[in-house]
Parts: sequence; C-alpha cells; structure tokens
Amino acid sequence: MFAASSEAGSAVLSSGFFLEHAWAIPIIPAVAFALIIFFGKKMPMKGSEFGIASMLGSLVFAAGAGYQWIQRVNGAGEESYVAPIVKTWTWWQSGGVEFGIGQHIDGLSLAVLCVVAFISSLVQIYSVEYLRGDRRYTHFFASLTLFSAGMMNMVVAENMIQLILGWEIMGLCSFMLIGHWWEEAANSRAALKAFFTTRTGDMGLLAGTSILFFAANDWTQKTLGVSGFSIRGLSAWALSGDPSHMAIVWGAAALFIAAIGKSGQFPLHTWLPDAMAGPTPVSSLLHSSTMVVAGVFLVARLYPVFFTGMDILHGSANFIVIIGGITIVIAAALAFVQTDIKKVLAYSTVSQLGYMMMGLGAGAWLPAVFHIFTHAFFKACLFLGAGSISHSASHHSFEMKKDMGGLRKFMPVTFTTWVVSTLALCGVFPFSGFFSKDEIIDNVGHNGYTLFMYIGLGGAFLTAAYMTRATYLTFFGEPRGAAAGEHHDEHGDAHAPHDSHDDHGHDAHGHDDHASHDTHAAHDDHHGDAHHGPHESPALITVPLIILATLAIGSGFLNAAPFGEKWENFKKWVEPRVEVISPTGLAQVVGGAGEVRVASDESTDTTVAGEEASATSDGHGEEATASGDGHGEEATTEGGHSAHESPCGSETPKDGICVAPMIHHAPFKWSKALMSMIIVFLGMLISWTLCVQLYEKKNKSLVGLTERNPLLGKGYRFLVNKYYLDALYENVIVRGIAHPIAAAAYWVNQNVLDGIVNGAGTVTKKVSGWVYRNVDQRVVDGAVNGSGNAATGLGGFLRPVQSGKVNQYGALLFGTAAIGALVLVIINT
Amino acid sequence: MLLNQFLILGAVLFCIGVYGVIARRNAVLVLMSIELILNSVNINLLAFSLRNGSPDGHTFALYVIAVAAAEVGVGLAMVLLMYRNRRSIALDDLAEMKG
Amino acid sequence: MLAADLLVAQNVGFYLIAAVMVVGALRVVTSNNVVHAALWLVVVLAGAAAQYVLLAAEFVAITQVMVYIGAVMVLFLFGTMLTRARIGAETDLNNKNWILGVPVAVLMLATMVIALNDGFGNERLPLDAAPVNTRTVSDQIFGDYLLPFWALSFVLLAAVIGAIVLARKD
Repeated sequence: MFAASSEAGSAVLSSGFFLEHAWAIPIIPAVAFALIIFFGKKMPMKGSEFGIASMLGSLVFAAGAGYQWIQRVNGAGEESYVAPIVKTWTWWQSGGVEFGIGQHIDGLSLAVLCVVAFISSLVQIYSVEYLRGDRRYTHFFASLTLFSAGMMNMVVAENMIQLILGWEIMGLCSFMLIGHWWEEAANSRAALKAFFTTRTGDMGLLAGTSILFFAANDWTQKTLGVSGFSIRGLSAWALSGDPSHMAIVWGAAALFIAAIGKSGQFPLHTWLPDAMAGPTPVSSLLHSSTMVVAGVFLVARLYPVFFTGMDILHGSANFIVIIGGITIVIAAALAFVQTDIKKVLAYSTVSQLGYMMMGLGAGAWLPAVFHIFTHAFFKACLFLGAGSISHSASHHSFEMKKDMGGLRKFMPVTFTTWVVSTLALCGVFPFSGFFSKDEIIDNVGHNGYTLFMYIGLGGAFLTAAYMTRATYLTFFGEPRGAAAGEHHDEHGDAHAPHDSHDDHGHDAHGHDDHASHDTHAAHDDHHGDAHHGPHESPALITVPLIILATLAIGSGFLNAAPFGEKWENFKKWVEPRVEVISPTGLAQVVGGAGEVRVASDESTDTTVAGEEASATSDGHGEEATASGDGHGEEATTEGGHSAHESPCGSETPKDGICVAPMIHHAPFKWSKALMSMIIVFLGMLISWTLCVQLYEKKNKSLVGLTERNPLLGKGYRFLVNKYYLDALYENVIVRGIAHPIAAAAYWVNQNVLDGIVNGAGTVTKKVSGWVYRNVDQRVVDGAVNGSGNAATGLGGFLRPVQSGKVNQYGALLFGTAAIGALVLVIINT
Repeated sequence: MLLNQFLILGAVLFCIGVYGVIARRNAVLVLMSIELILNSVNINLLAFSLRNGSPDGHTFALYVIAVAAAEVGVGLAMVLLMYRNRRSIALDDLAEMKG
Repeated sequence: MLAADLLVAQNVGFYLIAAVMVVGALRVVTSNNVVHAALWLVVVLAGAAAQYVLLAAEFVAITQVMVYIGAVMVLFLFGTMLTRARIGAETDLNNKNWILGVPVAVLMLATMVIALNDGFGNERLPLDAAPVNTRTVSDQIFGDYLLPFWALSFVLLAAVIGAIVLARKD
C-alpha cells in the first residue's frame, strides 16, 4: 500500500499489511505451540501438522513482509534513511518506567526472520521422517515450535525486555531439545551444560540491559520520547555523544558476554559440541543456523552501542574482534581430532560464528550479517545430511571412523548436497560462502585489522582441510562398520593412528573439486547383509536437503559484490543508511501506544510535520534531514561512488541523531579473491593427500605418528581434551563453588529442617503422653471414679444408721434432741 | 434449799436413765432405765409444786406413778412375748426394722 | 436459828440421799446382774420417796413406796424370773454401741445444767409454803383434774387387758 504523499519535499515510504502486522509472526507459532500441547497427541499426525502449518504460515508472513520491505527500500532514495516500522503496546508500568512489547521491523530483522521461518519449516518437515515413532514425538514438535516463536520474538523485538524474553525462551527450548532423549544420562548432562553455560552469559545480558537503561533513559526520553530499553533509542543514544565512556563500555562488554555464551565464542564455547547429543534436526536448526546466531544478531542489532563502546574502527584490536579471532582458530583446530561427524560440524559452526563476530568487531557489519544468512543454509544442509546418513546408512551412529565410509555410492543425493554445502562453507566461487566469508576477511583487512585478516585466511585454510577430512572419512574409502552392513555395538576402539600433527593438526582427507560427483550412481539397497545396508533416505529427508543445497549455491548472488553494485541487493535492503536524521524520522510508528511529541523537531516541512502517528496504519516516514547537515551515504564497493561522509560514528551529530555508524566497504578486487581461493584449494589438496596416505595407503611414516613423537602426542592429547577447558570449568570452577554450597544445603536439610520436624514430633509425643497420664488418667478418670467412690462411701457411711436396733434409734433420738436443746439454750442466753 | 438442787438431781437421774436406755441390751433393763427417767420427772414436778405453792404438782406426780405402773405391766408382757418367740430378750436381736 | 438448823439438816439430808440415789442409778445402768440392777433400782426409788418427803409431799412419797417399790419392782422381778435371766453375773448386758450413750448423756446433762443454772440461779424454795395434804390432793384429783383421772383409769384398764392378752399362752 502506498501512503498518500502529504507534502512536497518529503518522500513517504510505502508500507504494507505484512510489515505493519509483523508482530503476528511470532504469535503464529506460539499459538501452534499451545495447540500442540493440548491437542497434539490426538491428532492424526501427532501434532506435527500444527507445527509445520505454523512455520509455513510464518514463512508466508515473513516473505510477504520482506517483499513489502523491498518495495519500501526501492521507493526510498538511493542513500536516504529508511525508517523501520515500529509498533508498541505498553505491557505494564512500574515506577515511572513503561515496559512495552511490540515490533521493530527493518532489513536486518526481516532477513533473519526469513531465515528462521524457512529453515524451521524445512527442519520440521524433515523431522516428520527422522523422528518417526519417537517416544516423545509430540513434545518434540511442541518444543521446536516454541523455539521458533521465541527466536522470531527476539528478532522482531522492539525493546531489550522483549529481546530478553525471546532469548530466554530459546534457551529453555534448547535445553528441552538437547535433552530430548534424557533417559541417557549423557544427553541430560549435555542439556544442563548448554543451559548453564549460556546462563552464565545471560547474566551479562541482564547487567548490560540495566546499565544501558540507566545510562540512556534520560536522553532517550528527552530527545525521542522512548524509554531506555528501546532498541532504536539505544542506537541513537550510543552515537549521540551523550553516553559516559564508562557506561557504554561496560554496557557493551556485558552484552557481549551474553553473545559469547549464546554464540559459542571462546571461552564459553564448550557447550556447543556437547549439544550434539540432541536429535539432528535440533542440531541443524538451533545449533547451527538460528539460535547460535542470536548473539551475533544482538551485536548487529545494537551495533552503535558496540561501535561506540568497543571503539570499533578506531584502533587495531578490540574485545570483540579478539574473541572472534581466537574462536576461529581454536574451533578449527579441534575439528581435526573429532571422529563424530556432528562434532566436526559443531566445531565448524563455532568457527564460523567466530568469523561473524570478528567481522562485526572489525566494522564489517554487512558481510557478517550476510554470512548469517548464507551460513544458515549450508550449515543446516550439512547437519541434515549427517542426519540422513545416520538415519539410512550408519544405523544411527555418527562415528565416521567406525560406521561410515564409501557412502557416496549408496547415498548420491546426500553426497551431492553435502559436497555442495562443503564447497559453500569453504568459500569457493561461485558458492554462497565465497560471497559472504571472503567479504568478511576482505573488509577486516580493509578496516585496518591486518592480523585478524590473516587469522581469517588461516581459518579458511583450516576449514577446507577439516571438511575435506570429514568428507573423505564419510563418503570415500571402504565402507566400515554399519556402512558395511554390520550391526555392531560400540566397542572399544584403540586409537586409530593419526598423522602428523603440525600447527593445523589434521587427519583430513582431501577430496577433489566440485566437478566430479556422480550424481546418479545406482544406489543399492542391500549391500552385503540380509538387513538393509546403507541406502538413500526417503523423500521427506532428501527434499529439504536439495532445497537447502540449492540455496547454498544461489543465496550468494543476493549480494554478489564482485559483479557490481547492481548485484548488491542484500546490502541495499538490509544495511542501515547512515545519515543524520531528525528524531521524528527515527521510525515509522504504526498504531500502538504512539510516542510522545519530541522536544526538537528539525523538520523543514510546513504541514503535518514530524507528528508521530496515532492510530492510522499509514504513518509518514520522514527522512527530512536536519538542517545544516548533508546527507549521509555509505560508500559502495564498486563504481567509485563518491562517499558522502556522514559524521555518524565519528563525531557527535549536531541537530539530529544518528542510528548507524559510518562504515566503508572494501572495494572488491579479483586478485584478493584469487588469493583466498588458492589458500582454500591448497587446504583441500593437502588434506586429501594426507587422508589418502593415512587411511587408504596406511603410509608407515604417518600411521601412529602422534604416538611415536612425544611432542605431537602431547599436542594431540591437548586437542582431544579440548584444551582442558572442560576440566577447568567443571572440576575447578563449578565444583569449587557448588560443592560447598551443596554440602551446606545438605547439612541444613538434615540437621535443621529434619531436626525441626523430628523435634516437633518428639515434643508432640511427650506432651501428649504427659497429658494422657496426668490429665486424662488422673484428673478426668479421677473425677469420674471419685464421684462413684464418693457415692459408695457415702452410702456405706450412712447405712449403719438404719440398723433396726431400737437402742440405736433411741440414741439418735436423744442425741438429736440434746443438740437441739443446746442450740436453743445458746440462742436464748 | 435451793430449787436447783432438786432440779439438777432430776437432770442427773434423767441422763443416767437415758444412758441406760441407749446402752443396755436386756429389754428389762431398758424398762428399768425408763423408770429412772419417770422418777426424775416426778422430782421435778414436786419441786416446782413446792416452789409455786400449788398442789398441781402432786396430782400429776400421782398420775405419773399410775401410768408408770401401767406401762411397766404392758412392757413386761411384751418382753414375755418376745422371750416366748425368740428365746432371748436382747434388743440387738430385734433388728427387723433394719434398712 | 432453828430455821437455819432446819435448813442445814435438810440440806445434809438432801445431799446424802441424792448421793445414794445417784450411785444407785449408776449401778442400775452399769450392773452386770439383772437382779442386782433391780435391787439398785429399789434403792433409787426409795431415795426418791425420801426426797418427796423433803419436798413436803408425803402422800406422794407413800404412794411411791407402795406402788413403785411394792408393785412395779415386784413386777420387774417377776419379769426377770420369767425370762430366764441368769442368776449371777452376766457379761453381755451392754449392747455394742453402749459407748454412744455416754456423750449423749453428758451432752444432755450439760445442756440441762446450763439451762437450769441460767433459769433458776439461786432461787430458794419457800419455807412457809402452805402444806399440801391429802385432802387437797384428792380435791384436786376429783375436782379439777377429774377427766385425767378417768382417762387414767381407762389406761389402767387397757393396760390390764393388754397385759393379759399379750402374756397369755395360746
């Protein structure tokens, strides 16, 4: 819908039904969650119909909103600020602070929303087959749906409180889903580890939100009329020059700690590989493409806060980029010593998240966000492929060395999609990873973080190497174990001989380039055994794989910087335009509680200037610029656009506010691209060679190398023990804190609480005994018996009077008379 | 002579007679005690008669003596009857009015 | 002087006879022998007659001797004999609760003594009372108190008949 143009000189931006009602996107799966919980078990498909329907509904909604956003952006000027669509309701008020709930829709939220909705739909369809007959099928779909609701809520969140709500829902669902098969103790331990580790980071989230609120609330209320929780308020505040250095540094650091926990950065990465204990659809949805990017999303969302707080682009290193860099390297190193295919992918995820963080830390905002987008597709495809292998080939085992091998003959579709996704992951042209990951590395170097650029290149080398190893062990060579049709339980495996361990320790196997896959090998159903040997998975599994692989190829072209600016659509739609704007143009507020009229209104318009919308859904998004400032515009990569410099990010804007810092993009050069491709091919080749030598030909100089060479052996063990970080966390830190607390609590329970209970019992017993003996037996019975005895006694006493003896009667008579006489005498004298 | 002398003498005899009625077991002895009582009454009557100077006391004393004689006669007849029926005149055994 | 001597003599006589009477009464109620008790009763009765004389009631004294001692006591002795009272001492002439009589008697005595002392104090009998002779008494009996006289004769008749009826053997 196009809003009516109201006055000359200011273009109004189009809005639409889906954009303005995007707050409903999280509500659809939330409703489905409730329906699954209450009615799921009675439904014919056991609740999965609600889940899939809701995901598809959200997908349609998100796609519609995305389409309308694209229209909106296209309708705006080339470099003009495109206001996000905001809607808020007041949730509750307390102490003068309003807690609201609503939506804040811009390009970033829509990109991530589309990813979440799309991959959730595919994963739910996949799970119908993968978890067929599972013991808690309905609850699985309920948790999965709730997770999607939570993540979508976080993505559309208008303020930090709502973001935290979505964040926590995701944490809860992650716990429930990792521990889906909690009957095995290892699974519930892994779920607890994931929950507690991310919880440690979440303390940073709460601390950071509070710090930023208290620092920003005054400014945001005065300038923008919004609370210090709102995201657009915080973004504008961070770039306004108002924040005190301490406040924003500590606020940004605290929030980043939460991102470290959630996105598996060093040192809180230890939970992600263990989270592979959950079912594979969970791994592919939560722990590769969606939940773990929540931390990256947080940093991208509140980028001005981090930009100012961490001094991004001003210096050669900052906290974020260092952590990201470290994460890339240590995760890649660990991926070499894994025999579980999902763990390889998990460490690969950690490593790629490191790339995203490093990119954000080095000012490469758009490449990092684009990498979120593309990584989701190929990583999900890789995980679903691993699930397909376990489902149909290796009898639910994920051990590459024991139960896989030579599977390309039996599972051609899985093999093809796996290879496509691996090439995308390694960043080979023209797969999607090339356009995102290499952009990160390029921009990191361009922005002056040279060391980290080399780290990124090294990481690319390592990525290629370990993925080649994994591919070799799974699809090439001779079938082993279950892949050979044997059924076997786990048996103690002596250390398979490992090859040389240099600083990129790898047992990789190389594999040739993308050209030579046979996509139509006959797939035998039975190989060897009477029972089914490895075979291709059914359609419900392979179709999502194919879809994701297609996207792994194609999604890169959404932002194909090498081909010119016209190809950089993602950038155009998602990257926030950098210009100084008036407070009223900050967002297009649709309905909801509306906003207070702001103090300074710089609009030059004469009519209907700068009023925040009330009830109508067609707000007027204005980018009326503040007088006196030029238009901010980001430099584009090619074609030599003259950069319109905006002061945002480098100096305090006068007469207006900034919401995004000025970032320059590195111009694309084919030479740089070629160099990174060479590095990647080198990694693949070396790895392939070593794999063939070690596993197939069993080259004597390589086999058992880590056992012969003590240094290499030590290094190998260091890697296998994951740098002893788990031991440090669990045995030293956790045990040191929890053990005394647990002992104290046990003591209190046994002595104090039980003592009180037992004491009460003993006292009651004693009191009742005393009462019984003294009151009941003596007093009450005494009274009863006593009255009887008195009656008997009195009768016995009076009986002798009636003796019948005359003498006695006479005595009585005379005696009484005497006494009567005495009385009379005494009275009368 | 004091009037009181005779009166107190009468009182003493009366009380001794009362004691005898209460304490004695033999019916005849009880009757004798009753005679004591009657005699004490007579002393009383006569003492007052002398004090008041009227002959009424004398008359009554004579009547008392006559009645006493009649009473002894009947009483002893009853004692005899009692002796005939029970072979004993102990008043302790005469306890049918017991209860 | 003569009056005083007379008084002294009367007092002495009174106290002597009173003592004998009291002792005799006590022996009546405490004796172990029925016959002895009867004989002590004779003493008491005789003493009473003497007291009557001191009280200037000669006719009553004579009547007392003749009727009481002469007839009643003989009746008592007949009754004692007919009821096989043991000759000689008996041991069980007091009943079980004889001790009860003591306080009763003492109480009564105390009461009466107190009352008498209180009532009559030191009153003296008149010395010059008109003598009451037989003529006066019989004038009273057959004059003022004739009705009681007739009643008395009925009583005596009833007593005689009753005694016969009761005591006869069937």
